[in-house]
Amino acid sequence: MTAETFPQRAHRSLRDSQLRRNLAKATSTIRTKTAKVSAELPDWEALRDAGQAIKRETLAELDRHLVALEESVTRAGGVVHWAADAAEARRIIVGLAKAHGAEQVIKIKSMTTDEVELNPALEAAGIRPFETDLADMIVQMAHEKPSHLLVPAIHKNRSEIGALFRDQMDRPDLSDQPGDLTRAARAYLRDKFIETPVAISGANFAVAETGSVVVVESEGNGRMCLTLPKVLISIMGIEKVLPEWEHLEVFLQLLPRASTGERMNPYTSIWTGTQAGERRAGDGPGEFHLVLLDNGRSKILADEAARATLHCIRCSRCLNVCPVYQRAGGHAYDSMYQGPIGAILTPQLKGLDAAGSLPFASSLCGACQEVCPVRIPIPDILVHLRGRVVREGHAGLGEGLAMKAAGTLFDHPALMALALSMGRAAQAPLARDGRIERLPPPLDGWSLGRDFPALPKESFRAWWKRRKASR
Amino acid sequence: MSDREAVLAAVRAALGAAPAPSPAQSAYRRKGEMDAAAAQARFLERLADYDVHVEVLDDVQAIAPTVARRMAERETVTLAIPADLPRAWIPENARVLADDALPYPALDTRPSVLTGCALAIAETGTVVLDAGAAQGRRALTLLPDHHLCVVFARQVVETVPEALQNLKAAVDAGRPLTFFSGPSATADIEFDRVVGVHGPRALDILLVRD
Ligand code: SF4
Repeated sequence: MTAETFPQRAHRSLRDSQLRRNLAKATSTIRTKTAKVSAELPDWEALRDAGQAIKRETLAELDRHLVALEESVTRAGGVVHWAADAAEARRIIVGLAKAHGAEQVIKIKSMTTDEVELNPALEAAGIRPFETDLADMIVQMAHEKPSHLLVPAIHKNRSEIGALFRDQMDRPDLSDQPGDLTRAARAYLRDKFIETPVAISGANFAVAETGSVVVVESEGNGRMCLTLPKVLISIMGIEKVLPEWEHLEVFLQLLPRASTGERMNPYTSIWTGTQAGERRAGDGPGEFHLVLLDNGRSKILADEAARATLHCIRCSRCLNVCPVYQRAGGHAYDSMYQGPIGAILTPQLKGLDAAGSLPFASSLCGACQEVCPVRIPIPDILVHLRGRVVREGHAGLGEGLAMKAAGTLFDHPALMALALSMGRAAQAPLARDGRIERLPPPLDGWSLGRDFPALPKESFRAWWKRRKASR
Repeated sequence: MSDREAVLAAVRAALGAAPAPSPAQSAYRRKGEMDAAAAQARFLERLADYDVHVEVLDDVQAIAPTVARRMAERETVTLAIPADLPRAWIPENARVLADDALPYPALDTRPSVLTGCALAIAETGTVVLDAGAAQGRRALTLLPDHHLCVVFARQVVETVPEALQNLKAAVDAGRPLTFFSGPSATADIEFDRVVGVHGPRALDILLVRD
């Protein structure tokens, strides 16, 4: 965890025009597509209601569903491990990889493995982890951090990626064309898929009733990792369990439409335990381990006002509509979880002392809640967390932080747009049913808005107009 | 205390004694409303949005010649098949590679692969494999670069919920499922869409109106 606060990191991003261009292109394209394919379903709102209700009911009896999942996975030939924290998750996974004498492992869908910082632990044990998702691979090769839940390498341009691949894959012939770079990744990973005996994955869902685990993807690297290696280790947060098979019919509609704006993502794999025996090799792993990770989730569960944070299906739709995310960029959140969901999830996982500035990285404009497929009340949770930061007196955050941030912002014109978007709720306090009134003292005085009269009004309006036009 | 006990204890403490909310009534569609012809038309319409080559065939006899033509067009010489593929689907002169637990490199030599499917979903243009008849193991439809997939019109359901309801028996039997909606794709580099990453780069759907 760096000691920097959100505004300090955002400051750097705002100067990076490549990042802003790529982000604008990605977020506006996905916004249009998600809006179109969600409006196309006559029962989209009913699906969102169902998604929200299923998540709420599941969490209310989470212990029961986890035990049921353990039973069903075990019955199907898998082994279930429990990890109370990141250290235990690392110990389990590194231990399993070592037990199989793995010198390298292949990885897919690894937000949770990022969260537990698995890769450094594998490397320390002499095991080389290969990320196989194209963007994750780029980020890994560049020794950087992901900047968007869905398109983690969106901060890099094609020539940077070309240079990276020419160097790391030893392919001086490669051009900078995305098509060529993608083919290079395919060739580079082929043998690794075929020869590596241990794969590590995340999971989108796991069904307690049947013991089935679900991975949703686009590139086919998931299918490779989930099908070919003899040993598969999957790690999932405890909130990912779904009680019944039937529940998948809701989430397999919500997730692709809210995430990439596709009616269905290119590939979905669902497997149940192991495929034992010689003749079933190539139909799935002969040995399957499922790691159930708490790492702060039970604490979120205990805070009823924030519990809905755990409904999140990581679709990233809230990022794409967030005016603060679009200007600040993913790196400003200093976490694998960025944007509005990052602003509520990261401080709860890492602690308000470490990431207490994040709940302030929002204008409470409510766009995230409006689009969230499982209707997480992100603005309410932000306000609740701001209250906790102040009440629990976290590391000089709160109004002090806000005022320090304001100083930085007004010294740097590039940060102004961000500041304005962060202050939007104060500028238009009636916009969202008086939510601003619920800021607890001393934060009721906080908002960059109180300095607004000093700002040139035109530039605000110009910015406001642009923002509206781009929505 | 083991981590299992610790996690469960923490979850139970977090939940307290509050009663679980009563299950909400689901108001979303669990069944489609289209007749078979409309569902097939919708399926074809959805496929047109993906980079899929589609052939609509009048009967089973048309499968083998279509496969032969498509292989010629894609310049593949070997046809990988699951061991239980109906003989009638296989072109006469094809060099056949029947998958009998073949080592992976044998499948990775750029053959075409021909399979059936479990069902297809009209609303999303999705085909699902469930390791059942004429589908083979997952590696077979993953490593070859060209997948020809036969879908019978009667296998097309309208909605995602209907598909999942129909797939439950396979899941209960421990069989893995693969859903594909077009060939693999990525937009990871500057958000430019590139088709064909790790899965088969070319996908042919042969819809047989039986
Ligand atoms: S909070 Fe909602 S919109 Fe944001 S990633 Fe999670 S599910 Fe998607």
